[in-house]
Amino acid sequence: MKYFSARIAIAAIAGAALGLSAVGSASAAQKPQKGGILNFVVGSKIPSYDGHRETTFGVIHPLAPFYSLLIRINPDNPQSATDFVCDLCKGKLAKPTNGGTTYTFKIRKGVKFHDGTPLTAADIVATYQKIIFPPEGIPSARKTFFRMVESVSAPSKYTVVFKLQFPSGAFIGALGNPYNWTYSKKDLDENGYTWHQKNINGTGPFVFVQHQPGSFVEGKRYAGYHHKGQPYLDGYKAISASKMAVRLQAIRGGRAAIEFRGFPPKARDDLVKALGDKITVQESDWNCALMTTPNHKVKPFDDPRVRRALTLSLDRWGGSKYLSNIAIVKTVGGVVFPGHPLAATKEELQKIAGYWPDIEKSRAEAKRLLKEAGVAGMSFEFHNRGVDQPYKVVGTWMIDQWRRIGLKVTQRVQPSPAFYATLRKKKDFQVSMDFNCQAVINPIADITKFLGSAGNNYGSFEDKVLEDIYNKLLRSGDVNTQLKLIRQYEKRALDEQASGALTLWWYKINPHRSFVKGWKIAPSHYLNQQLDNVWLDKKLM
Amino acid sequence: MSTPEIVVATEELAEHKSLLARVWDLCRRQPLGTFGALVVLLMIFLAVFANVLTPYNPEAASWENQLTAPNAQFLMGTDHFGRDILTRIIYGSRTALFVGFAASIVGATLGLVLGVASAYFGGTFDIIVQRVVDVVLAFPLIILALVVVAAFGTAIQYVIIAITIPFIPQCARVVRSNALAIREIPYVDAARAMGFSHARIILRHMVPNVMAPYLIMITAFMGQAILLEASLSFLGLGVQEPIPAWGLMLQGGAEEYAESAPWIPIFPGLAITVAVFGFNLFGDALRDVLDPKLRRE
Repeated sequence: MKYFSARIAIAAIAGAALGLSAVGSASAAQKPQKGGILNFVVGSKIPSYDGHRETTFGVIHPLAPFYSLLIRINPDNPQSATDFVCDLCKGKLAKPTNGGTTYTFKIRKGVKFHDGTPLTAADIVATYQKIIFPPEGIPSARKTFFRMVESVSAPSKYTVVFKLQFPSGAFIGALGNPYNWTYSKKDLDENGYTWHQKNINGTGPFVFVQHQPGSFVEGKRYAGYHHKGQPYLDGYKAISASKMAVRLQAIRGGRAAIEFRGFPPKARDDLVKALGDKITVQESDWNCALMTTPNHKVKPFDDPRVRRALTLSLDRWGGSKYLSNIAIVKTVGGVVFPGHPLAATKEELQKIAGYWPDIEKSRAEAKRLLKEAGVAGMSFEFHNRGVDQPYKVVGTWMIDQWRRIGLKVTQRVQPSPAFYATLRKKKDFQVSMDFNCQAVINPIADITKFLGSAGNNYGSFEDKVLEDIYNKLLRSGDVNTQLKLIRQYEKRALDEQASGALTLWWYKINPHRSFVKGWKIAPSHYLNQQLDNVWLDKKLM
Repeated sequence: MSTPEIVVATEELAEHKSLLARVWDLCRRQPLGTFGALVVLLMIFLAVFANVLTPYNPEAASWENQLTAPNAQFLMGTDHFGRDILTRIIYGSRTALFVGFAASIVGATLGLVLGVASAYFGGTFDIIVQRVVDVVLAFPLIILALVVVAAFGTAIQYVIIAITIPFIPQCARVVRSNALAIREIPYVDAARAMGFSHARIILRHMVPNVMAPYLIMITAFMGQAILLEASLSFLGLGVQEPIPAWGLMLQGGAEEYAESAPWIPIFPGLAITVAVFGFNLFGDALRDVLDPKLRRE
């Protein structure tokens, strides 16, 4: 099923000389050049090295080039939601058998981990056992994506078989998730499931050289990389810079060539104005939405009326207009990536609490609910992540929106590692900023974020009704039924229970030095980050 | 025959004139100090009367006024949330003064007690206290403050603690040097001989005699505290949005829009500069006035 109609605006700002086709065709026609070091900036720190547990670009941008995936989205067509190609598997993508419940993959021979250990099917099985069936106490952020999986096995040294409980259109998308880094079975067996939090050993295009925490991560070309002729770069340096202004100036001053996450429109305009055709801009819709998560274990946020009041006070339609000028957010949407056939229409959205067209009516209802719950004018602390864009900007917006229904909100901002520790372990927050950023556009998997049972849901709640709707959805192959169930799911999660509140979906703008070639923007800042197809055009440097 | 009331009134008038004359004389002798004092008074005035001086809410976004350049309505322009910068600077003086006063008074007072006690008791106690002071003084102010904020968090009370801690040893060292001289004056021995407690001797007989350096340290700390608070907020480790604070106004949008909307960083930057300058000038003048040697000259 191909739901996603790709939307990409690659605007080459060379005065006004270069356009989408010019950049596309020029890139395609040019032969990649070998050599050079790519310096790029990353706006978040690294909570741990383990991609299976992490959900931040702060991990994937500097570390993804050290790893390989079983399958991945086509690096030359990353806007597609369905164009998957083999990375560690061989040949064309496997077609399911046994009524869509069995997927068999042949694994490439001759692939070696950076420590010299040969890769076999056992490594793939061990990796997916960790992702799908982690033992108690081992976090796996995307295990709910694989609810349909019954078993993973290796019938031979180079064959992997995934057996599903029921056919699911969400499986391949889940399998192609860029966080599913392939680990060595030997490392897992000998060192345990937490070893990868502090150690790196992959089969990716680059070999880990060093990590200076808070400063940079460095990688060098892996001579034994399994995609012959790649990578083109000699190495890369992922420079840590939490402040957006610093990242922007790094590109402007030539200290870095690219930032893979995204800048707000103003930053793009400044760069283009200053550097002209030395800057190329790629833009895309973004499979990422900011949301708030109330801690259901803390009063009064265990009360759905209070949670509904929080979402009712947010003027999303207005915010879309003025926040998009200053932040990397833009689109009003429900639980599904806006524009996707399974996404809610504007009319459907406007029936959900917090999306009503009349914000005054919405805020009046919010005040009534707070009064009814006995917490009118209450104070609380909003927990936020110390990343400028869009967290702190949208956080300030939300505090202002809540002020308008009489709430007094202070803000606690933490750097990424402490932010995640608060969400995952300490749980000492009242209402926290959260996000649902996914990689491959795979709505049925992506919306698991709203389930209380999801590994990456930090609200500490159980909602059996929502789980039941989701289980029906997961087993449904019919689009109309899916649409109906998703609307029920959306209504339950965002309105009736308001267990989380979405704000706005993001919009991705990547201005980069024009000499960076081969990298194509995806609708996610997690996708297409192995950098094996990236090269530097020395003529333009 | 003059009545006693008339004599008293004349004496009072003479004293009053004399006070005014002395103040005027002081202003003429200390023009920079006077400027500093005016800045301090202005800050206090702004902080106290903030809510009547400006019609705008410093925390309320006004989206239709995003990034407005300075004009008659918004004298210092607006930020990316449409908030009036002048209003946020006026309210920001509350944050600066609150953090500054709290940190400098608590830090200097604890330093005063520690310094005097260290000088009074001497011996092993003095050696231990001074070595600890040496260790703490070895760290730059901002580093020490960063350590405290990183350990405890970024709430305003922790910011105050973070700024207070580095002040304690600084004041203790200065006060001790003065207290060492006072300890040798016979009246302290006399107090001991009369059987007064250590606390009474320290608090009643020694502390009042080191008030001059103590007051000077407070004013010096005020400027430093304002600068430290602004630095911590700028680094994202101080007070957080939407609270108006000068350092906070210099980060985020100020950095992003420094070129296209320069009024966003310029005015809070100026506010910090003038406030720190004012407190330092005031502190210098206070030192000159309170130092008997300089006074004689």
